Amino acid sequence: MSEPIRLTTPLTKDKVKQLKIGDRVLITGTIYAARDAAHKLMVEALDRGEPLPIDIRDQIIYYVGPAPAKPGRPIGSAGPTTAGRMDAYTPRLLDLGLTGMIAKGNRSKAVLDSMQKNTAVYFAATGGAGALLAQRIKSYDVIAYADLGPEALAAMRVEDFPATVVADCHGGDLYKEGIKAYARD
Amino acid sequence: MREIHVDQIRDAVAELCIKANCLLPEDFFKVLRSSAENEPSPVGRDVLCQLVENAEIAAADMSPICQDTGLAVVFAEVGQDVHIVGGAFEEAVDAGVAKGYTDGYLRKSSVAEPLFERKNTRDNTPAVLHTRLVPGDRLRIKLAPKGAGSENKGALAMLVPADGLEGVKRFVVETVRHAGSSPCPPMVVGVGIGGNMEKACLCAKWACARDINSRNPDPRYAALEEELLELVNKIGTGPQGLGGRTTAFKVNVEFCATHIASLPVAVNINCNAARHAEVEL
Repeated sequence: MSEPIRLTTPLTKDKVKQLKIGDRVLITGTIYAARDAAHKLMVEALDRGEPLPIDIRDQIIYYVGPAPAKPGRPIGSAGPTTAGRMDAYTPRLLDLGLTGMIAKGNRSKAVLDSMQKNTAVYFAATGGAGALLAQRIKSYDVIAYADLGPEALAAMRVEDFPATVVADCHGGDLYKEGIKAYARD
Repeated sequence: MREIHVDQIRDAVAELCIKANCLLPEDFFKVLRSSAENEPSPVGRDVLCQLVENAEIAAADMSPICQDTGLAVVFAEVGQDVHIVGGAFEEAVDAGVAKGYTDGYLRKSSVAEPLFERKNTRDNTPAVLHTRLVPGDRLRIKLAPKGAGSENKGALAMLVPADGLEGVKRFVVETVRHAGSSPCPPMVVGVGIGGNMEKACLCAKWACARDINSRNPDPRYAALEEELLELVNKIGTGPQGLGGRTTAFKVNVEFCATHIASLPVAVNINCNAARHAEVEL
């Protein structure tokens, strides 16, 4: 297996274009945590004509609802949640310049099409590896929707955060290709 | 009569919450490691190696294996010669869940009402409690935290006797295929056959929480467990749904008596951290 690709944020479209499904990456920089409730609130804000709490151009959103942090730690266990629940909101954010998402599980056709149109990439982190992934998260700062608790919108500084490209901007979808390669009658 | 104080029950449940969520059973570690060696997909192997490393970190740090520390599913077997003193049994179990999830820095994922407000109860109560009255003067408690990614992919089919063994196999395989990447495979699949609607589901849940190396004592059902494992591992889902041969670590089957006109089959899916811990008081 080839060496992982090192990526730093912001994730520009030039960087996105180089990535293809199956690539392993290590991400360093600032990424944002948001899941169901924060997505709903962000899209509702856009519907009202209000700006988002963050400038999401060239940014990565990690779909995560962490466990509480122990004293002296930035965050508790923090593995990915299922991406499909965010599909309804995602194309709006991609149209605004979001270039990367980290989560787990397959995406809708609408999201995959929008990713191709907008040059974005979808990474999978390992579901169930929350303790390992938390070690790669060096800070966690709530930016908006604090009352949502583990579902708040937060900025996180990550170092060598491990993920795999599962859908690229060229139309590749590892959830389809990977299963096809190993299915037997 | 043997007296057990509710405080003892509360503290035992609290400890089980932390233990089950942070410590992967040793047998399960072995299965993880051998799967990491045998999985042909490079991406799949990478995932399995991460899961081994993750479980080691969680154990060393006593932090949860997965941030979705689930609803607390509790199987209690209360000896009929036990006298519970100092308060109510069910309140003691919930007090234990609240204490364990708070003291152990576990995520609270329970909402009080499902449809309108969905307000978090903030202490992960109530437990999903299944109590049986059994002979003896002991109290056995098994706690199996269950996250939503896997729980949401369970299914029930009210088959009829004519559907037979083939119908059962088809339903199990299709349920696992449809689950795809959502339950964080490799999974442990619990299958409950027989009973009625709720009994089949309970059997499936119990099957899910069995030890990884356990087998159904009935050789026909043990053989079915093997065959179903082989069938689901042909689907190709693989670790995390990224393709591979290890879609499930294990299929556990439980059965019970049923109606002459029924063949209920329930499938309950557990994720790659099939967490459970138990204690006897």
